[in-house]
Amino acid sequence: MSASLLRLRSLIRKEFIQILRDPRTLMLALFLPIMQIILLGYSATNDVRNVPLAVFDQDHGPAARALLDAYRAADYFRLAYEVDSEAELRALIDGSKARAGLVVPPGYTDAIEGRGAAQVAFILDGSDPTVASTSLSAAQLIAQEHATAIQAARLARQGQAQPRLLPLEVRTQVWYNPDMVSAFFMVPGVIGQILYSLASVLTATAIVRERERGTIEQLIVTPIRPWELVIGKIIPYVILAFLNTIEVLVLGALLFHVPMRSPLGIILLLSGLFLLSGLGIGLFASSIAHTQQEAMMSVFMTLLPAIYLSGFFFPIQAMPKALQYLSYIFPLRYYLIIIRSLLIKGADIAPLRDNIIALLIFGIGIMALAALRFRKNLE
Amino acid sequence: MLHTENLTKHFGETTAVEGLNLDVAPGEIYGLVGPDGAGKTTTIRLLVGALHPDGGTIRVAGYEVPRRAEKAREHLGYLPQRFSLYEELTVLENLRFFAEVRGLSAAEWLPRSMEILEFVGLARFSARRAGQLSGGMKQKLGLAAALVHKPRLLLLDEPTTGVDPVTRQDFWQLIIRLVSEEGVAVLVSTPYMDEAARCNRLGFLREGRLLVEGTPTALRRQLEGRILELRGENLRALRSLAEADPLVEHAHLVGDRIHLRVREGGGSAPKAAAQLQKRLAARGGAVTSLLPVAPTLEDVFISLSSE
Repeated sequence: MSASLLRLRSLIRKEFIQILRDPRTLMLALFLPIMQIILLGYSATNDVRNVPLAVFDQDHGPAARALLDAYRAADYFRLAYEVDSEAELRALIDGSKARAGLVVPPGYTDAIEGRGAAQVAFILDGSDPTVASTSLSAAQLIAQEHATAIQAARLARQGQAQPRLLPLEVRTQVWYNPDMVSAFFMVPGVIGQILYSLASVLTATAIVRERERGTIEQLIVTPIRPWELVIGKIIPYVILAFLNTIEVLVLGALLFHVPMRSPLGIILLLSGLFLLSGLGIGLFASSIAHTQQEAMMSVFMTLLPAIYLSGFFFPIQAMPKALQYLSYIFPLRYYLIIIRSLLIKGADIAPLRDNIIALLIFGIGIMALAALRFRKNLE
Repeated sequence: MLHTENLTKHFGETTAVEGLNLDVAPGEIYGLVGPDGAGKTTTIRLLVGALHPDGGTIRVAGYEVPRRAEKAREHLGYLPQRFSLYEELTVLENLRFFAEVRGLSAAEWLPRSMEILEFVGLARFSARRAGQLSGGMKQKLGLAAALVHKPRLLLLDEPTTGVDPVTRQDFWQLIIRLVSEEGVAVLVSTPYMDEAARCNRLGFLREGRLLVEGTPTALRRQLEGRILELRGENLRALRSLAEADPLVEHAHLVGDRIHLRVREGGGSAPKAAAQLQKRLAARGGAVTSLLPVAPTLEDVFISLSSE
C-alpha cells in the first residue's frame, strides 16, 4: 500500500473511533433518521380520513337515515356529533371539534320519497385547505352516488327495470401508489433530507472541530496532504450516510410499506452522487466557519430553503414562478425526483437523465469550490 | 538544523514578526523569550509551515519552508501551546495515529510508542483516554506525539505553561536527555525565566524583533554591577522612595526584597549602594540592607521589556 493510502486508513480509523466515542454525533446519526421517519411518516400526512362530521338532522325520516349511512359507509367521514341546532353545529366547527357539518332540512324524506328534489347543506371548515378540499370532493362524490341510487330506485318503482347508464364515465387509474399513501411521498423525502443534512453538518463540524480544539496544529506538521485530510474526513460520513439510507429504507418498508422498486445498487449509487453536494456544502462551510456552532449555522442556512423549495413538503409546480426557478439551485430538488421515481415508480435511469446530470454538475462543482478553499494551515 | 533569514510576517496592519534571523544547531537548546504578543507563537507557527511568511527564508534540516514543508516536517517535532491531540482517543491510540500518518509501519509503531511512553513516564496510562489526563500528563503525551518519528528539530511553544513545578522539572529532564543523548536541536519559547536559564542560548523577542541574543550568562553580564538588592520594612513605601531617586532606573519586588536597577554611569555598585542607602534612610525609609547582587534573567527580561 502506498504511504498515502496508509495515512488515509489511519485518518479514517481515527475518525471512526471519535464517532463511536462521541455520544452526540452517534445519537444524531442513528436516531435522527428514526425520529424523522416516524414523525414525518405519521404526522405529515395528506391522507384525509375520518374527518369528524357534525350532523344536524331536522328530518329524522328513513331517507335521511339512508343518506347518513352513505356518509358513514365511506371512511372519509366519522359521524362524530349529532346536534339539535345550528348554533351547536357552529360551536363544534369553531372549536375544530368537527371539521364539517351536514344539515338535513325538515321534509327531506317526503321530498325524496315523492318526486321532488331535496337539498342538504354541507358546511366545510376552510381554515385547513387540505382537509377542506378533500372533504369537499368526498362529500360531492358520496352525494352523487347516493343521488344516482335514489334515481335508480325511483325508475325501478316506475317499472323501468333497467335504469339507463350515464352517457359518460371517467375511469381513473392511479399509478404507482393507488391508495395514495402519503408515506410513499414522505419517506423518500426523508432519505434525501437526512443524507443532505447529516453529510453537510457532520462533515463541517468534523473538520471545524480539528480547528476549534487545536488538533489541526499537530495535523499540520504531519505529512498528511490536504486532499487526504478531506477524503479521510469524508469517507466515514459517507459510510454513515449510506447506513442511514438503508436504515430509512428498512423503516419505511416496515412501518409504512413503502416499496423499493429499483435495485438497491442503483439507489445507493445515485444517493452517493447526491452525497457529493451535501459533503461539498459541509466542506465549504468548514472553510468559512471558525467554530462548530458557526459551521452548523451556515449549513442550516442552506438546509431550510432547500427543504422548503425542493418539493420535500410542497409541490414545486404549485409555487410562484420565481420560487420555481430558485428551486433549481438546490441539489435536493433533483435528488427527490430521482429517489421518489426509483422507490415508488421503479423507474429506469433513462427518464431521470436530466436530474442525474444536474446532480453531477452540482456535486462536482461544489466539491471543487470547497476543495479550492480548503487549506491545511492556520491562515 | 534551523536557519531563518529576515523572516517577516504581518497580520493586516500589525507586524507580528520583523526581520528575524535565527540559527539553532544540533544539540542546542535555544530559548525564545519575550512578553506576551512579542511574536513567539507566530514565529514557531511560521517555522512549522502553519503560517506562510510575508518575507524572508526558513530552512529546516536543509529544506526550505513552506515550499518544501512536507520534507522538512519529516525532521521536525512540534508541541503547540494548546493541547492538540485527540481527547476521545487513548494515549496509545493517539501515538499510533501520529506514528502511522508519519509513515511508521505496523511493525514499527508499537515498539516505538512504548519506548516513548516509557521515556516520558506515561507507559502505565497507555489505555487511558487523553481527555482524562492531568495537564502535566497531557503535555508529556504531546511531547511523546511530537517525538514519535525521531525528529532532529523539536519546536516547543510554552510547553510548561500551567503545569506544576514537579512536572516542569520532569519535562525539562526529558528535553535535556533528548539533546544530550540524541543531539536533537530544540527551540523553546517560554515566559519563565527559570526555564530560560536552562537554555544554551536565548533570543529576546519584542514586537516581533529580536532585540538581543546570547547565552544566559552573557545576557546577565550586560547588567553586571547595576542591580542592587534592597531589604527593609514596608517594601511598598521603600519601592516608591527608591523609584523617586534619580540614581534608580527601575525597581521591582522580588518576593520579600526589591531589585533596583541603577542608571548607567552611576559609578561602582558598592558606592552607589552606599550612597542610595543613605538617601533612602534620610527620607524615612526603613532599610535593613542594600547590597549589589548578580543580575538574574528576570532583571534582564524586565530591563529589555521596558527599554
